[in-house]
Amino acid sequence: MESIIQIDQLTKRFPVGAGEFTALKDIRLEFQKGEFTGFVGPSGSGKTTLLNIIGSLDTPTEGEVTVLGQSIAHLTHKQSAKLRNQHLGFIFQTYNLFPVYTVYENVEFALLLQHMPAAERHKAVLDALEWVGLTDKIKSRPDQLSGGEGQRVAIARAMVKRPAIMLADEPTANLDSKNSHHILQTMVRLNQELKTTFLFATHDEKVMGYLRRIISLEDGRVVKDEALAPQGQAGA
Amino acid sequence: MIQFLFKGIIRDKNRSVLPVIVISIGVFLTVLFSAWFKGIFSDMINVNANFSTGHVKIMTRAYADNADQMPNDLALLGAGELIDSLNTAFPTLEWVERTNFGGLIDIADANGDTRAQGMAMGQAIDFLTPGTREPERMNIPASIVKGGLPTQAGEALISNDFAERFHVKIGDPVTLFGSTMNGGMAFANFTVAGTVRFGMRALDRGAILIDITDAQAALDMADAAGEILGFFKDGQYDAEQALQVKTAFNAKYEADTDEFAPLMLRLNDQKGLDEYLKMANYISGIMTFIFILAMSIVLWNTGLLGGLRRYNEFGIRLAMGEEKKHIYRSLIIESILIGTIGSVVGTLLGLVAAFYLQEYGINFGSAIQGGGMMMPEVFRADISPESFYIGFIPGLLSMVLGNALSGIGIYKRRTAVLFKELSV
Ligand SMILES: Nc1ncnc2c1ncn2[C@@H]1O[C@H](COP(=O)(O)OP(=O)(O)O)[C@@H](O)[C@H]1O
Ligand SMILES: [Mg+2]
Repeated sequence: MESIIQIDQLTKRFPVGAGEFTALKDIRLEFQKGEFTGFVGPSGSGKTTLLNIIGSLDTPTEGEVTVLGQSIAHLTHKQSAKLRNQHLGFIFQTYNLFPVYTVYENVEFALLLQHMPAAERHKAVLDALEWVGLTDKIKSRPDQLSGGEGQRVAIARAMVKRPAIMLADEPTANLDSKNSHHILQTMVRLNQELKTTFLFATHDEKVMGYLRRIISLEDGRVVKDEALAPQGQAGA
Repeated sequence: MIQFLFKGIIRDKNRSVLPVIVISIGVFLTVLFSAWFKGIFSDMINVNANFSTGHVKIMTRAYADNADQMPNDLALLGAGELIDSLNTAFPTLEWVERTNFGGLIDIADANGDTRAQGMAMGQAIDFLTPGTREPERMNIPASIVKGGLPTQAGEALISNDFAERFHVKIGDPVTLFGSTMNGGMAFANFTVAGTVRFGMRALDRGAILIDITDAQAALDMADAAGEILGFFKDGQYDAEQALQVKTAFNAKYEADTDEFAPLMLRLNDQKGLDEYLKMANYISGIMTFIFILAMSIVLWNTGLLGGLRRYNEFGIRLAMGEEKKHIYRSLIIESILIGTIGSVVGTLLGLVAAFYLQEYGINFGSAIQGGGMMMPEVFRADISPESFYIGFIPGLLSMVLGNALSGIGIYKRRTAVLFKELSV
């Protein structure tokens, strides 16, 4: 096993009015390559905050967060952008596709940022769309897609650069049961085929069925960290 | 990447159409008005130069002091010799004699008794020397309503209005009463060769145009001229070169204290034209500035609105690992693309409109005549090389400025704060 994320005594406080609000308190966690793990807990428990810090979109107030050997607290804006660009993929509750671009172009954008040569780029985009089963929607615009298809494009866009870590914040919140299972199965497959590490923030029972490790948060603290044998894949 | 941005602009009507329309309108107005202003001012200068001031003008010092009164008793003597020396010293200019005079035109009936009389502004120019360019210069051939140019001594042109008012026909005799150079009474008979209408009130009310040699004979001005005018042979007024000529010429007479010594003035130095020229530059500068300012404000607002709609996009791009600097730069590149499209469209439309105004002009009639300035009635535009690029200044600047301002929030804020604001 290869440890790729280390979190040591992480505390995150936000300024609120004159005082401060502690969103995360003394978190200690470690993640191995290839995990399929979720942060679960009620709304406001700190799931998104933790995911954003791992994703270098935010910084720790105290403690040390190391992602792929890089200390999040000490990255410059340029370095954190580079980390995200090369190694991290994000999926959100809303799909956040670029409305004026086609499915193909949405996925391609991630690679344009990496200055990948055109031929290589073309193949990578088609591969990514194949993973999510959308090769027939290449020329569609986001507003012509169903919710499930939109989220699958978002997954393809995040996965096309083959990041080491995927961070998915409530990815099924806007999807019905059938589509939720569909994208979860897709992500399980990518996790197995590409060895991508998946970290979820969720309070969706359907997602939990697929997780192999569940970390429960309450008021910014880890209250439970359990490894389990997933059943959802078989049941769905 | 630019290609990618360009696609986005073209497809996103909110991002492209409105700003392009705003810019096109602003650029259109800038191009049109700057060409029109230029046309008006250069017409005004040309008209004044050709009819009255020359590119440079020589008078006696005493005449110059009272030039409005056409004091021919203070005219230049030995004009022929002076012109010869001017032709040698300043061969890039053409030198001509002109004499202005006031008088009374008397129209007789069949018995030789006075039928009608009218005040007239007289101008004597070179009609008869073969190859003379003076009639052309004053646009006389095109201004003739009836008859033709004088072809021999003793012939005159009179204002068409005047001729109609007093029922004067081509070939009729008229008598000019005036005063000689020495203050005596002068009168001379002329045959009306043609009538003219210049489209300038000051000249059309009552004018008589005669040959300079006829004037010299009638007004006892042998080898004298009220004024000697110099025109650059290429027809273009060049203030710098005119200044050199003037300085060189006047230097020769510096030591001379005689009030009849000749004095050269430039076009700028006469009739307050210098102020007009400065004002022309000033006005077009201010105009461009106002357009830039107004359009920047409008585009800043559309940029802000467009930016709001795109917050989501910027947030996701941040998450995808694009640098803030890069996002901001792409915003600026987009604005340059849009600014260029708008400027091209606006410039084309502006040129079309300016071309129309150049060909046809707008007739303001005599509504704005006044002062010592001669003004054409029809205001035309003048398309110059400047017309092709001037619109790009407000077009590009306002769009880029508007977007730079509205996008500055992206650049300034911390990623975490920004990411939350960007509502992903
Ligand atoms: N920028 C912020 N400023 C102040 N409080 C914040 C900020 N971001 C999150 N919080 C607070 O931190 C707590 C955890 O938020 P979040 O991580 O979004 O929870 P979850 O994703 O588990 O619902 C919430 O109470 C939230 O109000
Ligand atoms: Mg959340």
